[in-house]
Amino acid sequence: MSSLVKSRSRAALIALFFLMLAGFPLLDQPFYTELVTRVMILSMFAISLDLLVGYTGLISFGHAAWFGLGGYVFALLGTKYHVTNSLWLTLPAAVLVTASTAFMIGLFVLRTRGMFFIMVTLAFAQIFYFLFHDVKALGGSSDGMNLRGKPSAALGPWVPFELSNTETLYYFVMILMAALLLLMTLLLRSPLGCALQGIRENEHRMEAIGFPVFRYKLAAFTIAGGLAGLAGYLFAVLNSAVNPEMLSWHQSADVLLILILGGMGQLWGGLIGAFTFVLLQELLSSFTKLWHLWLGVTIVLVVLLLPGGMISLSERINSLWQGRRT
Amino acid sequence: MIGEVLIRTVDLRRVFGGLTANDQVSIELRRGEVHALLGPNGAGKSTLINLLSGDLVASSGQVLYRGQDITHLSPHERSHIGIGRSYQKTNIFPGLTVHENCRLAAQSREPRPWRVFSDAAKWAPYRAAVAQALHLTALEDVAQRRADQLSHGQQRQLELAIVLATQPQVLLLDEPLAGMGFDESLRMLELLRGLVATHAILLVEHDMDAVFSIANRMTVMVNGNVLMTDTPENVRSSRDVQEAYLGTEEVSHD
Repeated sequence: MSSLVKSRSRAALIALFFLMLAGFPLLDQPFYTELVTRVMILSMFAISLDLLVGYTGLISFGHAAWFGLGGYVFALLGTKYHVTNSLWLTLPAAVLVTASTAFMIGLFVLRTRGMFFIMVTLAFAQIFYFLFHDVKALGGSSDGMNLRGKPSAALGPWVPFELSNTETLYYFVMILMAALLLLMTLLLRSPLGCALQGIRENEHRMEAIGFPVFRYKLAAFTIAGGLAGLAGYLFAVLNSAVNPEMLSWHQSADVLLILILGGMGQLWGGLIGAFTFVLLQELLSSFTKLWHLWLGVTIVLVVLLLPGGMISLSERINSLWQGRRT
Repeated sequence: MIGEVLIRTVDLRRVFGGLTANDQVSIELRRGEVHALLGPNGAGKSTLINLLSGDLVASSGQVLYRGQDITHLSPHERSHIGIGRSYQKTNIFPGLTVHENCRLAAQSREPRPWRVFSDAAKWAPYRAAVAQALHLTALEDVAQRRADQLSHGQQRQLELAIVLATQPQVLLLDEPLAGMGFDESLRMLELLRGLVATHAILLVEHDMDAVFSIANRMTVMVNGNVLMTDTPENVRSSRDVQEAYLGTEEVSHD
């Protein structure tokens, strides 16, 4: 009974959140509409990483490679090589290219474990960083590339929506984020998702009871790569630009911080982490030039006081409250 | 099919650096038999189990399963053909519930593991195997508890329940009674007696009373070699064995 109440109040909370999110552009503050769009994209990026870190127990320190690659696929197709600017072609292309690249890189990096995995993912991400930094054919330049325009949603003569409109882009990203959350919910309760969580808990025993652990990890790495590519694609669209910094190790570290801040292995952790992270950035940088320092201090405090991340705040308050009553 | 030889090893050998942990080990595991593996610490019992389960690769020699050479199969492939093992040190999924522990094991038999949009918790084919494993190991009452919150004895039972949920033909049990109370041990032995008709069981166990009460056949190992394989009566009366193992008052615990 109490779990029913819990799941109902949870559903109500989620509904309220999406209502507020959907109503936000009505405030008509284009700067903030764009800011929240950015936060939602970062959430998607963080959620894709959570599939590896929080659910499979694979700590990747090179996740930005897929984020940047997704953006560059659009930049190369749409701007540099003038292949197509169509949303319906470039978006699936970005996801497919990043997923298949992640698959191939996964064949190598997933043969390592623990600390070595962290280092090898970082190393591969650095390789991608320098490809987009130095190779002219890939638009290599430290400044990156300005894009020709937003992807076109035109289907023949019919144009269902225009992503150059700030609000339309906002809703487009919001719907994709909701779809990602739904996809993750389904994935995590499926046999595949259960197996990944089993690998997180005890990889050795999974192998012993008959799971080809390597293949499952490779599946997780591929899916997470493709989803990060989607987020990177949207990020490039939002900024109308790409640059190698999207693939830098700073970006990989930021998204890990977002996850730690929000709570790992929790579907909503990435989302809460992204909101907190960007909010903190905006707040602190409006007060002080040393905002990096204070951001660091805040993150250390959260890790010390809330080891489960921001998402565990309500549980924490609950247990404190009940502790006081008894 | 009682008496069918499920596992046979031929001159199995495993070397760690300069140490020969198993040498010329040839044994047979038959359905319907509890085959106990005896020997002092360092005799190579755990190495042999690891060679059979695929956790270790043989340096030379062969492992045959129903006549097929499986020497080079990986642990997950061996699990699929019907070899299940339990571990001496409890090796469960601590953050999952007891039920989820068993469900994962049952799920490993899934013929189509990539069905991404189905709910694993509601899928019927897993249920029967999970229910049976929980019933046999008497864990039904704690099925919804997290595995890391169980008592040690219950965790040992879960260790076995996970193996049973994969529905194996061969059970390789590495000290299933370790750390169990008297009543729990009795129940575990009762369970093994019930399983033996349909399974081949290899048992490594330091509790000699338990071993002699249940084993149909025994292999005594010393320094990586098989000293003898015989019935419990003959093993008990063997002078060689007494010298090598049973004679020493201290029964070792790994």
